[in-house]
Order: sequence, then C-alpha cells, then structure tokens
Amino acid sequence: MSLTAHDVQKIAHLARLGINAEDIDAYANSLSGILDLVAEMNTLDTEQTSPMAHPLNQVQRLRADVITEVNQREHFQALAPQIEAGLYLVPKVIE
Amino acid sequence: MQDPTGQGQEHPEGHKYPEGHKWETVIGLEIHTQLATQSKIFSGAATAYGSEPNTQACAVDLGLPGVLPVLNEGAVRMAITFGCAIDAEIAPYSVFARKNYFYPDSPKGYQISQMELPIVGVGHMDIEVDGITKRIGITRAHLEEDAGKSLHEDFHGLTGIDLNRSGTPLLEIVSEPDMRSAKEAVAYMRKIHELVRYLAISDGNMQEGSFRCDANVSVRPKGQQAFGTRTEIKNINSFKFVEKAINYEVERHIDVLENGGRIIQETRLYDSVKDETRAMRSKEEANDYRYFPDPDLLPVIIDQQLLSDIRNNLPELPAAKKQRFKTDYQLDEDSATTLTSSRELADFYEAVVKRSGCDAKLCSNWVTGDLLASLNRENLDINAAPITHERFADLLARIHDNTISGKIAKQVFDEMWRSDASADQIIAAKGLQQITDSGEIESIIDKIIADNLDQVEQYRSGKDKVFSFFVGQVMKQSQGKANPAEVNKLLKAKLSN
Repeated sequence: MSLTAHDVQKIAHLARLGINAEDIDAYANSLSGILDLVAEMNTLDTEQTSPMAHPLNQVQRLRADVITEVNQREHFQALAPQIEAGLYLVPKVIE
Repeated sequence: MQDPTGQGQEHPEGHKYPEGHKWETVIGLEIHTQLATQSKIFSGAATAYGSEPNTQACAVDLGLPGVLPVLNEGAVRMAITFGCAIDAEIAPYSVFARKNYFYPDSPKGYQISQMELPIVGVGHMDIEVDGITKRIGITRAHLEEDAGKSLHEDFHGLTGIDLNRSGTPLLEIVSEPDMRSAKEAVAYMRKIHELVRYLAISDGNMQEGSFRCDANVSVRPKGQQAFGTRTEIKNINSFKFVEKAINYEVERHIDVLENGGRIIQETRLYDSVKDETRAMRSKEEANDYRYFPDPDLLPVIIDQQLLSDIRNNLPELPAAKKQRFKTDYQLDEDSATTLTSSRELADFYEAVVKRSGCDAKLCSNWVTGDLLASLNRENLDINAAPITHERFADLLARIHDNTISGKIAKQVFDEMWRSDASADQIIAAKGLQQITDSGEIESIIDKIIADNLDQVEQYRSGKDKVFSFFVGQVMKQSQGKANPAEVNKLLKAKLSN
C-alpha cells in the first residue's frame, strides 16, 4: 500500500508534528513500508493466536487507593512559560 | 468514545418524507461518572473537588516526561462493583488504551481509556416509564481518566488550565440504543445515578460534574429496521437538560428530514439558555483517535477471589430494597419508591422506624411528607437535614405515646427545624402536652355547651354539621392540645344527653 503526500501531511497534522516539505516523499516511502509489513502479516493465519496487549508477559500491579502526593505546584509551575492565579496559561482554545 | 453499536446507516439521500410522517426516536447514552476514590486513577494525587487550582496535579497528572501511571485498586473495585450490580460479565482480562487527541486540558496528548477490552461487559438496567417496565441494555462500562478544566475567562486573551481534575477516575457506561423517547433516557439516567450512589462508587454530584452524559440521538420512519444517522450531544449535566436537549434534537432531525435534507453525523453542544443544540465548531479529523494499547500499562487480570469478594459484599440494590419496604413495612408503591430513591433516605427512614417504635406507615407519612417538603423547600439533601434521625424519631415517639397530637407535632417539627432543641424540650417549654385527662376536657366541654345553647339546640334537632363547630371550639379553648379522639367521644356523650 502506498501513501500519498496528502496522507503524510494529514498524519503529521493529527500527531501535531511539523515536517519539512522535502522530507514528505521519504516519509511516504517509510510509512508505506510499514503498512506493507502489516499487510503481509494480515495474510497469516492467526485463528489460534490471541492478540497481544503488551510485550511483557506480566500482570498490572495495582496500588492502594491512598493519597501519596503533596502539593508541588510552585515547583511544577516554575517550568511553565506563563501562569496566573495558579493556572497554566495557554493560547486560547474555544469550542 | 464512539458508540460501538454504530447507529450509522444513512437515510436515502434526497428522499422527501411527507410531513406528519410517523417517526421513531432512537437514543443511546454514554454516562460518565467520577468514581469516589481518594486518589487519582493513575497517581497518588488527591481527587477532592474545589481545591486551589493545580494543587492536586502531580507529575503524572501533568504528563511530565518519564512518569509512569500505576493503576488504583479502588477504581478497579468500584468498576467491578458496578458491573456486578448490572448483572454484567466482568472481564477477567482487560486492557488500557491511549485515545489520542490534542487539547490543552489533556497535557499528555492522549487520554488513558479502554477500547477493545473494557473491564465491564454486557449488562442491563430496568427502567419504569408510565408504569411500564422496560429493560435497557448496557453495552459496556470502561475505566478512563478525566481531563483537566479550561477556564475561558479573560486571561489577556489566553486560556487558564486547571489540572486538578486531570486523572480523576471515570467510569464510562455505554448503553445500547434502546431508548425510544427523551423520557426513557431520563428514566435510565436517573436509575444509573441512583445505582452509583447506592453502591457508594460516586457522589453523583451533577453540579460538580461528577455525573454527566453524552446522548446519541437519531430518528427513523416507524417500522424501519435500519437506524437513521445519529448526532451526539456532548456533556449534559442535568436530568432536565438531557430531556430538553434530546427533544430539541429529535425535532431538528425530523424537520431536516421532512424538508428533504439529511442529517450529518456530528457532535453537538446543548445551549441551555437558548434551549437549542448547535454543531461544535470542528474538525472532521477529531474522531480519529488512533487508539492503541498503552505500553505504560500491563493488562489487568481480575482474579476470582477479588470478584467473589466484591459480589458477596454488594449492598442491597434499589429494586430489592423497594420490594422489601413494601413487604416489611406494608408501604404502597409510591411511598416505597420515594423512600428508596436514595440509600441515605432509606437508611434515615429505617433508623426512624426502629428508634421511634411507631407504626411504619406513620413514619413513612412523616418522612415523605413534612420532612421531604421542608428539605425541598430549602433545597437540601437528606444528608444536610437539620434534624437528625434520632431527633426526628423522638418526635414521632411522642405522637405514638399520645403526648402530642399529629397537628401539634407539626408545630414541634417546625420548631425543631429551626433549633437544636429536642422534641421533649420544645413540648415542655411551650406546654404543648396533649390533654388526655377526661376531667379537664369535660370541664372545657361543659363551659362551651353552656355558652352555646343555640348550637346545642340545632345539633339536638338533627343538624349533625354543628358537631364540628363544637370540636373546633374545644380545640380552640385547649389551644389544640386536647386529645382529638377523647374530645369526640366526650362531646358525643354530652350533646346527646
């Protein structure tokens, strides 16, 4: 399966990745290669194979429902470009 | 998430439906309920509502690089509890997935949710509308994390982000498209709300956003099998708005279709001020969430031990409680329904019956009558009632032992509502004790008879109605304290002499 330049741009947009126009063909080739691999795998008989959710054959450990974190707002907000009244400020988004 | 049952089929394009054509409404709900854990679903930060912005958002909730989510056992138990209560299969093996989208209140760029293998499978909930019981299918319920909050007040043209809510555990309960009217949808939502509160897995506080829903709505010509194209109304947080939003949307669909148009599958918002829905300004790619299993989390295995532990400790469910109230307390349908509408109210009632030693019916009348009326008047919840069940029971006990009449009891109740005094203190302080001493009542009656010879004459000549005049006079003279049964008995005897 072969992706077009338009597909690549759409994927980049969905992932919010900035890509250079001159790299688009290379990306299209690489991504198409991955899809080809998937297409090849799709021809295998997986009737007896259970889907794998995780490469490690282990079980999720659970933590007890207790509060272990303390307020470190100032510490975290020292990293933020802009804060006010305890809020992180970001460019306006309106739905 | 998208309704996996897919009400996706289109109406034939350009087909004009005649006006007054019979339409059938099809509704499915996705209810999001916040789980009442102490800490977040994947971090040890507190979930309490209303704290200072970002004081409960730790490195995991902020999505800082290098952090790892660790699943909260409490959230898992609550999800299983819900599953058991709706007769659903609990997945022995379930998986968390990333739902990818970009919005500043979700700093990781994805929400951890469940897609292919949710923790709760197919179950059901029975609803009652106009006396008819109907079973609504529940497709699934899955665990996920809530997002933070965006504040669009003016921060110099910027948006403020509070991530305290980020990572609060949510259980998303997805119904089958089984509801056929807004009324049924509301009945279903109320039932789920009642259930999560009974199970104590959510506070169900709708003002605070603990319980909200998305409604998938479509219409189809009556008799048609295939579903019409649906629209999804997002984030409705009151029962009233659910009903109004659905009704508006149904009308809109029918209008569009009857005018030869077609419905576009889209997400809409309900504006309660204008009472209308409108398309969200978006984003044809928005539903491309590119789910994949979250590599940060391993599959969750539920062992039989945990499952049977939860099953064996399920509290009495609303339907069972209602039935028991009808049998044990001989209550009618309406009273039993009202009293079991919340676990707290039911507990209050049972505590009152037990302590007061009164007839269960009398207790029911008082709880569903004066108490609920006063709570409603002041917009209070039973938990916030100014009269505890002990004080309330002690008041009813005084009716039971004939210290006061029911009428005087209402006066005492009002007084108790406004103070911390016990019923006994108020009765003593105001001298409200009922007069049961027949000698005392007799002397009052004698005086009244002597003062109202005309009425006595009328009564004796057959005007029975005058009797109530005498009762009224005696009650007035005794300031309402004479025992009514005693008054009736003595008056009858004296007047017929």
